[in-house]
Amino acid sequence: MIADQLPAWQIVIPMLAAPLCVLVRNSTAAWVVAMVANLLTLLNAWALFVQIRAEGVIRYALGGWAAPTGIEYYVDIANASVILLVSFISSVVMVFAFHSVRKTVLTGKHYLFYSAWMLCLTGLLGICITGDAFNVFVFLEISSLSTYMLIAFGQDKRAFTASFRYLIMGSIGASFILIGIGFLYAATGTLNMVDLAQRIPDAESKRAVLVAFSFLTIGLMIKSAVFPLHGWLANAYQQAPLVVTAFLAGTATKVSLYVLLRFFFSIFGPDYSFGAMLLNVVLLPAAVAGFLLMSLVAIYQTDLRRMLAYSSVAQIGYIIAAFCIASQAGLTAGIVHIFNHALIKSALFMSVGCIIYQVGHAHSRSFDNLFSTMPFTVSAFIISGLGLIGVPLTVGFVSKFSLIGASMEKGWWLIGAMVLVSSLFAIVYIGRVVEVMLFRKSRMETPHSVGSNEAPLMMLVPLYVLVAVSIWFGISGSTTLDVAGQAARALLGGYQ
Amino acid sequence: MNPLWTLVPPLAVIPFIILFGEKQRNLREASIILAGIVLLALNDRIYSDVMSGQVASSGELKLLANFSLKLSVEPMGVMFGVLASFLWVVTTVYSIGYMRGHNEKNQTRFYCCFALAIACVMAAAYADNLLTLFVAYEAITLSTFPLVTHAGNADSRKAGRLYLLLLMCGSIGLFLPAIIWISSAAGTLTFTPGGVLSDAGLSKGAATILVCLLVLGVGKAAVMPMHRWLPAAMVAPTPVSALLHAVAVVKTGVFTILKVIVYIFGIDMVSSTNAAQWMLPLTAFTILASSIIAFTKDNLKARLAYSTISQLSYIVMAGLLATSMSVTGGAFHIVTHAFGKITLFFCAGAIMVAAHKKAISELDGLGRQMPITMSAFFIGAIGIIGLPPAAGMWSKLLIAGGSLDGGNALWVGVLMLSTLLNIAYLLPIPLRAFFKPPSSDISEISEAPMPSLWAIVLTAMVCILLFFFPQPVLNLLGLIQWR
Repeated sequence: MIADQLPAWQIVIPMLAAPLCVLVRNSTAAWVVAMVANLLTLLNAWALFVQIRAEGVIRYALGGWAAPTGIEYYVDIANASVILLVSFISSVVMVFAFHSVRKTVLTGKHYLFYSAWMLCLTGLLGICITGDAFNVFVFLEISSLSTYMLIAFGQDKRAFTASFRYLIMGSIGASFILIGIGFLYAATGTLNMVDLAQRIPDAESKRAVLVAFSFLTIGLMIKSAVFPLHGWLANAYQQAPLVVTAFLAGTATKVSLYVLLRFFFSIFGPDYSFGAMLLNVVLLPAAVAGFLLMSLVAIYQTDLRRMLAYSSVAQIGYIIAAFCIASQAGLTAGIVHIFNHALIKSALFMSVGCIIYQVGHAHSRSFDNLFSTMPFTVSAFIISGLGLIGVPLTVGFVSKFSLIGASMEKGWWLIGAMVLVSSLFAIVYIGRVVEVMLFRKSRMETPHSVGSNEAPLMMLVPLYVLVAVSIWFGISGSTTLDVAGQAARALLGGYQ
Repeated sequence: MNPLWTLVPPLAVIPFIILFGEKQRNLREASIILAGIVLLALNDRIYSDVMSGQVASSGELKLLANFSLKLSVEPMGVMFGVLASFLWVVTTVYSIGYMRGHNEKNQTRFYCCFALAIACVMAAAYADNLLTLFVAYEAITLSTFPLVTHAGNADSRKAGRLYLLLLMCGSIGLFLPAIIWISSAAGTLTFTPGGVLSDAGLSKGAATILVCLLVLGVGKAAVMPMHRWLPAAMVAPTPVSALLHAVAVVKTGVFTILKVIVYIFGIDMVSSTNAAQWMLPLTAFTILASSIIAFTKDNLKARLAYSTISQLSYIVMAGLLATSMSVTGGAFHIVTHAFGKITLFFCAGAIMVAAHKKAISELDGLGRQMPITMSAFFIGAIGIIGLPPAAGMWSKLLIAGGSLDGGNALWVGVLMLSTLLNIAYLLPIPLRAFFKPPSSDISEISEAPMPSLWAIVLTAMVCILLFFFPQPVLNLLGLIQWR
């Protein structure tokens, strides 16, 4: 009975938790509610994932209303794995949040914070799970609005500006997506993704489809922060409470990337997107410029959060470049990097969160000899940083190896070479921070610098869970590559 | 025996090093030496296994779809493994005297990273495929980085930056693409006798480019222009320079190149496609240029560093000449140069600890105060130059013979010219120490601490012993399957 309703529970659990958080008011109680809901969501996501692997695609009619009338949830291996990823990251960061929120978020507003988080999670999961194009937009708005709120919880007044900028950019993106979906509806008369995929080939020549395609491209590029439409990301990541950044870095852009995959591969189909529409002519230069320039920009950042934010834009560039290859190998590389990067970046932001929690700022130049006072946090930062560079035995290596392999298979040697060049930039921006943390002696021997000053265990444990998972998948990379390969096949094969 | 066991002693000793820490230094260092002896025994066991014809391999750990991490035993690797584990013990003995005599800070971190690096060297030595070797190669870079920046001052951090940047840029920017290229062309990265690329249908130009990517990408082999990190890394404590920058790190580089040439390209393919045509002149240039630069250095460690660069290029050249004789010579040169150079570095460190002198021009007359050290220096020097009765002669002879075998006398000329340069920059040092009158009052100087002295004498003796008894190594190398 319950097993049949898994897709619905996936959304209902976090959605119900949101008002519950408001009702309980108390900070700790709200956290407990959110945590329990999160764990249930994770459990549900795992069950769904297992079910998909065993039985294949699930098509679930919400409320019993069949597809053309009602909303259909369409779950295959591609979105089941993204759902699992999002719930996992959210749960881990939620554990981490307990102390961090107490210190950084205005007292008395905690219940609102957790409530917004739950809504955001609902939105993100909904975007992934739904098989209805308009429903994507609805969930997108849920997640976006709650994200604006979460960002505005930042300590600084600048958080409001950051949130507002994101609101403007995000709304433009969402409107573009809405317009795109509207045109698709006009051209095909359906909002169901499976039907859309069937009808678009007949309507391909219509100008409405062309317009829809263009609007969707721009809208999704904004939402997933593809260079040069990434402007909102750096400020948002820097000013938001660190927990929010850690949560968003591993989930929000990844979900948008998934939507991009779903639209361009499943709905429009790779032949139309990349063959007729020449999407790679638009996306590939943006992706390559993104990972090269943004890695360079990251080198010059003095704020650790900003540095990691620009690095995120660069990593999104890798993922987009992998999508542009539009082959089985390329898509696999892109999807596997969605997972891997989510793990690495959340871990990195969490370790920055620990540092900010204890030191109070994120100016990377003044972390003299931080290793001696926060050895565990700094070790986690270094390990994840190595992952970002793509050192063997980390997840980053698995991604880069498959990405370069895929681009060589396609004959795009130059792309492979540029990926390597930008990895070298990553060595520089990670290396210079690590060097200060490890080797530079403090100029002043403050009483702070002696003895241990580690973050609380409840922050370190989730951090190390992510680090351990990323090492695990770095060593047995074939596990994630298999899943990503199946997802790529599902996306390339279109709807059955 | 399963080569995976060789990773155990250096890794297992790390918790003990941390546990004993600064408070119980004797126990800490005793545990390292014990681990070293166990490691040496394991490697010796593997050696006798190989000599009796048994070849073992470990299980495999699947990393990516077709590629896995795996260790297996192979003659060249056994030689490298035995060498590195033997020198680990000796260097630890030496470090005890040096680090204490020099009052170095953070000794626990130093010994931990050292042990970690040795574990990685073992993984490199017994790598069954190129991916494993690459992983170990990167791990060595990272685990030795804290050793280079050990002092923590501006100089050493700058050196560390250069070290990391050059080695990682080379390995990720050039070596990794070469690996991915090889894997897509040949479909496998496993080290196979005769190579895997011969049937891959690579054009002559492609093979040439691959060789370039290999030689330049493996920055640890320090072929110019990728050599800058090596002299810079000499800011590290002398035992580090000795073991890691004369043996483990740099030898991993040339070992990698030899392995790839023998087991990935196959020597026949390299010689028939003439794929080394661009890199051979570069190694010749490196040999001569760095010998000349060594000549101009007054700082003893810097001179030794440039000498190392030149000697490494001998081995790379031997590999690129791609005859069975030259590659055997190159592999043997890994051993002979290791013992010669480690002796020289040990002596340089001993002089620094006992006499606090770093420049060659200050060594006048020091031979009277430090006779053992300076005699050992002399032996090490003739080992590097390749004069009898030191083992360096055999390896140089083999490389030269291999070059003639390949029908190219030009490279023999380069070798001989470089030998003359070696004499010119190495021999004056002991001669100065013994025969020049002391410039200032040095009568209070005495020999270095005892543990260091034992280590020096031991390595110097091995230099000579290998001249008279080179068979154990040569027999081992005779087992390499060329085709």
